[in-house]
Amino acid sequence: MGWVIFAAVFWAAAWWVNGRLSTSVLADQRGVKLIVPTIFGLTILVVWEGLVRGLNVPGVILPPPSVIVGTIGDSLPILWEDFVQTFVKGALSGYAMGCGAAFLIAIVIDRSAFLQRGLLPVSSFIAALPIIGTAPIMVMWFGFDWQSKAAVVVVMVFFPMLVNTVQGLASSEAMQRDLMRTYGAGYWQTLIKLRLPAAMPFIFNGLKIATTLALIGAIVAEFFGSPIRGMGFRISTEVGRLGLDMVWAEITVAAIAGSAFYGIVALIEKGVTFWHPSQRAG
Amino acid sequence: MKSLVPVLAVVAGIVAIWYAAAVGLNAQWTYDQAARAGVELGFTDVLRDAMVQDRPVLPAPHQVAVELYDTVIDKKITSKRSLVYHGWITVSATLLGFVIGTGLGILLAVGIVHNRAMDMSVMPWAIASQTIPILAIAPMIIVVLNSVGVQGLVPKAIISAYLSFFPVVVGMVAGLRSPDAMQLDLMRTYNASRVETFWKLRLPASMPYLFTSLKVGIAASLVGAIVGELPTGAVAGLGARLLSGSYYGQTVQIWAALIAAACVAAALVGIIGLVQRLMLRRMGMGQ
Repeated sequence: MGWVIFAAVFWAAAWWVNGRLSTSVLADQRGVKLIVPTIFGLTILVVWEGLVRGLNVPGVILPPPSVIVGTIGDSLPILWEDFVQTFVKGALSGYAMGCGAAFLIAIVIDRSAFLQRGLLPVSSFIAALPIIGTAPIMVMWFGFDWQSKAAVVVVMVFFPMLVNTVQGLASSEAMQRDLMRTYGAGYWQTLIKLRLPAAMPFIFNGLKIATTLALIGAIVAEFFGSPIRGMGFRISTEVGRLGLDMVWAEITVAAIAGSAFYGIVALIEKGVTFWHPSQRAG
Repeated sequence: MKSLVPVLAVVAGIVAIWYAAAVGLNAQWTYDQAARAGVELGFTDVLRDAMVQDRPVLPAPHQVAVELYDTVIDKKITSKRSLVYHGWITVSATLLGFVIGTGLGILLAVGIVHNRAMDMSVMPWAIASQTIPILAIAPMIIVVLNSVGVQGLVPKAIISAYLSFFPVVVGMVAGLRSPDAMQLDLMRTYNASRVETFWKLRLPASMPYLFTSLKVGIAASLVGAIVGELPTGAVAGLGARLLSGSYYGQTVQIWAALIAAACVAAALVGIIGLVQRLMLRRMGMGQ
């Protein structure tokens, strides 16, 4: 019972502190903007821990955070092996291939108005479909190892990336293109000096959407068959053995990997599109 | 209508590539069979055989179409081999989850817009959660709920709700904040209360944002329901059809389930798009 009361008191205290902080004069400071969500996250963890311990929730239903952290510490080699298998081999290689291919094809179809009008609606339609369903087919075609996961990732990231790049290439204004023409610039010069830089915000939007899709694709594809390593494999087998602390450990790794991947792409975007209004403010 | 011809051309191109790929991928098996039987095959024989194999590497489009016709139209919809039966199981979980997720998402968005503490605490996490592969927890939710005795529709709906929740929160917060300072000032000069401002200005202004995130949300819900059907081991639903197809090498069945899932997704997104068009037109915001 003590744990439950402790959790409730901690919750109330954190709520009060956050309430005071967010309405105080300091609310717009950068530090406070970081502290408030951190306190909230901590509160969730403490309440989780308190309720699980206080109400004696069995570990096969919901392990407390402390146990999960312990599992992460104990099984770092396994987690690292899974991370390399799923993220580096499956997701990253698929991401690079899919986004690269979509980028090149976008430049090709950009030259033909006919193809643009035809491919764009079809691609945006395909981008909304549950492409993850192609996972069993890819596993059949490319085998159990990371190649099939990379293939699923390629199909998943291809269409959002294609749509965004084509839109981006169309985003330079007629006036700007006319200016390039008065300079006597050819197609390639216009492309490299004007249209690609102008397309960057769109391209990075596609790249950012694709980061999440890549990780989801690589993990879910492993549910359909995998060698005996990989995050998706570990999740599905440990769930079967009711080793939920290991499942949560993998999910933590996946969450950190996903946010870090997104963060890195967002950082590169900041460097490349420093001129864009959305990056200049603040 | 201007883009009808190009779209049809592209679709025709895809079908043509599909046929060519089917011949290319299936030919190997035909050659192996012929070599074993010791017969020489002409090109037309290979072509014919590649179209009719039972378990092709890549089924030809018409094989998938026949399978779809068989399982959608010919079978009774109560039959366990009917895709309508499986499709409905998936769709009902999707819709239930979508309604729950959207409802909770809108409520949280209202809270975030009106409470500064909530905004500062929850919003960064809601945004960060979009970069996380949430789908990875699907097997765990299914198994854990199963172990406490909750089965069938509800666990899948919870996954769907979870997946559609965050896009709706983020979109709805942006929508509720979209009225500019001028409009909010006008409401203040009318001496409107917070509640009145909400119903008469913020909520109507948020509709375009809401519908955009609803479209994302329902597509995510469907993926959630399909993935939620995997860990229980091919019981029922479109995900189960995919899984059992992959267990038994029934490629035609996988492709049929895949196309059915695609049609369901297109229909769901299309319905929301239609409601959006009608509603925004009635509200005077239509294009």
